[in-house]
Amino acid sequence: MKAISILLALLPMLLIAQSQGDILIKNGTILTITDGIKEDSDVLIRNGKITKVGKSLKAPSGVEVVDATGLYVMPGIIDAHSHIAIDAINEATNPVTAEVFVGDAIDPYDIAIYRALAGGVTTIHAMHGSANAVGGQCETMKLRWGQEDPDDFRFEGAPRTIKFALGENPMRVHGEGNDITPSTRMGIEAVFRKAFAEAQLYDMAWTKYRAGKLTQQPQYDRRKQTMLDILNGDVIIQCHSYRADELLMLMNVLTDYGVDKLTFQHVNEGFKVAPELAAFGAGASVFSDWWAYKFEVYYSTAFNATILTRNGVTTSINSDDPGLIRHLYHEASKTQRYGDLTDTEALSLITINPAKQLGIDEEVGSIETGKHGDIAIFKGHPLSIYAIPQMTIVDGIKRFDRSEDAADMRVYIDPEESTPAFYDYQQAEEADRCMQGVHESLLTGHHHHH
Amino acid sequence: MLHKTITATLIIILALCTGQAQMVTKAEKGPWLLQGGTVHTVSDGTIEADVLIADDKIVSIGTDLDAGTATVIDCNGKHIYPGFIDGGTYLGLGEISAVSLTQDMAELGDFTPNMKALTAVNPNSVNIPVTRTNGVTTVLTQPRGGQWPGIAAMIDLYGYTPQRMYAGAEMVRLVYPATGKRGRWDRRSAEDIKKAADKAAKKLNKVWDEAVAFARIDSAAQATGQTLEVYNPELAALLPVVRGTGRLLVEVNKKTDILSAITWCRERSIDAVLAGVSEGWRVVDTIAASGYPCIVGPILSLPNRDYDRYDTPYRNAAMLAEAGVPICIRTLETENVRNLPFNAGFAAAYGLGTEAAVKAITLDAAAILGIGDTHGSIEVGKYANCFVVDGDPFEMKSRISHLFIRGLQVPIENRHTLLYDEFLDRDGE
Repeated sequence: MKAISILLALLPMLLIAQSQGDILIKNGTILTITDGIKEDSDVLIRNGKITKVGKSLKAPSGVEVVDATGLYVMPGIIDAHSHIAIDAINEATNPVTAEVFVGDAIDPYDIAIYRALAGGVTTIHAMHGSANAVGGQCETMKLRWGQEDPDDFRFEGAPRTIKFALGENPMRVHGEGNDITPSTRMGIEAVFRKAFAEAQLYDMAWTKYRAGKLTQQPQYDRRKQTMLDILNGDVIIQCHSYRADELLMLMNVLTDYGVDKLTFQHVNEGFKVAPELAAFGAGASVFSDWWAYKFEVYYSTAFNATILTRNGVTTSINSDDPGLIRHLYHEASKTQRYGDLTDTEALSLITINPAKQLGIDEEVGSIETGKHGDIAIFKGHPLSIYAIPQMTIVDGIKRFDRSEDAADMRVYIDPEESTPAFYDYQQAEEADRCMQGVHESLLTGHHHHH
Repeated sequence: MLHKTITATLIIILALCTGQAQMVTKAEKGPWLLQGGTVHTVSDGTIEADVLIADDKIVSIGTDLDAGTATVIDCNGKHIYPGFIDGGTYLGLGEISAVSLTQDMAELGDFTPNMKALTAVNPNSVNIPVTRTNGVTTVLTQPRGGQWPGIAAMIDLYGYTPQRMYAGAEMVRLVYPATGKRGRWDRRSAEDIKKAADKAAKKLNKVWDEAVAFARIDSAAQATGQTLEVYNPELAALLPVVRGTGRLLVEVNKKTDILSAITWCRERSIDAVLAGVSEGWRVVDTIAASGYPCIVGPILSLPNRDYDRYDTPYRNAAMLAEAGVPICIRTLETENVRNLPFNAGFAAAYGLGTEAAVKAITLDAAAILGIGDTHGSIEVGKYANCFVVDGDPFEMKSRISHLFIRGLQVPIENRHTLLYDEFLDRDGE
């Protein structure tokens, strides 16, 4: 009996041991992002955290040593906008669905997780889609590939985030597809104002009730409560957006309601109102070069990230795509073709800046003592076209090692998959992850609506 | 819906008419002397030499060339490359994906081999300057849609009319019947997929038999000086393919489909080029033995199967080339064909090597796509399609300073650079 108790007591520790490790990376070129470049240096990770960065570190007994001689060592890449590792994207049934949470739909078996790791990614922001003005809440995740419990993928302590969406997608799904407001950018503003106002009324009712001024307890409403949480500053808004006018609209609405936690997603016309974004303190998470897939991104420039950065906007480059997430380092390097960002500025777009936008920059986004042991090791500088990711470490545990890749890296094989599935990505109309899950009847347009 | 589409289209037309600030500067006529650069001829090694351009051609390559009336461009410390060639795009055929009336690549119907891409190329597409400023001077632009979507055309990326842009080769495009799922969300059962594939294969054979019969009738009519009293533009479009005077562009990706397409083409003595070929790496030897060249890509794409090694799309080009298959590369893009050099760069990094990757998007591409006599290398007598760059053209930090298309110096300017100039310091002077 006692033995069983001890075993039970040890069980959580065994599980922890699976997701937090020790490792010493030796003799690499360390791109710390926040503290310069350290040549021929080492990074020691103990129990999942970076404990030392320096020269000639000794490996404590039992700690695995990775030889990074001639290699580049950077913080694990962070994708501020993705839809991998979840099997539900859009709860499109209402212009406001703040009550839903993509963290309820984590898929630990999505092979896209491993492929992202093979591109140096360690943290993702798994987002609700853009079908509605106020979408669902999102989940910040660590790519602990190999774990099978969805809970093991959550980024412990990461702030709550919620998806908002402006422009053509919510207009198309609700106005054009269903004759429900919004069908215009005016309507989208009205949806936000109504949702916030209702949350305030909801709050007033509860305040009265708690003060004994109402006899009947108000009904709990998760949608209104979530909107209230946003008003209280407990949730960061992550807003799908494109046009300059709609960016200004949302900032005006939020100013009226005293909300300041905001990152715009995609934000192709951010460059036009970069001074206004900087003044508000809004972040911008952009594509490196996607444009012209619909009218609201026709007046785009691949120099967007550079213009935003130079105007003082905290900017990141995201993938929004299971293919692109594998080479975010390459996407970041495009700011050196389309603009003149320094190496550190370019790498910040996929490390410390997205960490700031997700409120996790105390934990990840740079190689610093005390931060998570999340590391990507490259052969060739990560901003070179010839860069090849070699190893990706999450919380001190190797989750990708190019030299040990077994080709078939699936954790789970669907027994009902009778014939091996072949996905013809090239001929398929490009799957639109942002709009995935929106029932056909809600849509009248076609593909390509990020 | 319809009124919205029309409104959107009107807005676009108005925007195109009034957007003066978005227009790029006109190209300039030569002659030009590119002096003192490192010339990557591709056809004959890399040399330190001057390149003289007159009218639309390269007229001389050598040391200390006399400039004569030519404007001298100092290329010291810089590199000169032939313009890059993309082996598969929709460039010029589409402007805004979600606005259907701006999309000219897909005609109705499954059998429309008479649809000519060249007809619908919009020389004023905003996408064209955006593409060429990364050194891409020539592309194959192709129709899509059904099994026989039409005729793809090679175009140079400068000119006021499609005819002026035409680079001298066209190919009928066949989308070989695919037996796989069309995508992750293809919900058809295995049985339905097979049924559809069988039907498509049957249809394909029927079309071919009719085309062969039509060619026989046409030949007989010609031999006897008779006029055919029949109008069949679809079968007429297939005549060059049936007679072996025109190359057939065969889209095929899945392993079993590649094998079956090779057999199908071989049995009919078709001069084919395989395009896509995403699972070519599984059957490199069969492809090599067939003698058919391949247009590979996009390189920056996902593996086709969940159990495939994550980097197979990056390595596909190198594996085919190593087996001796002549290859070129495509992006399959419309507005982002500018990523061709980076697709080639990934192929280079994952085994192909820089030199072979450059060749794959210049001289080898020209040869495979039917314009090898006029394009693809820095050679006397070829079109002056080339650019000057300060480093490895695949590297992001490299800057292209001069660009020439058929002897015209084209400005390094497009919507993206113009917006950058305007908005970097929006409120400044």
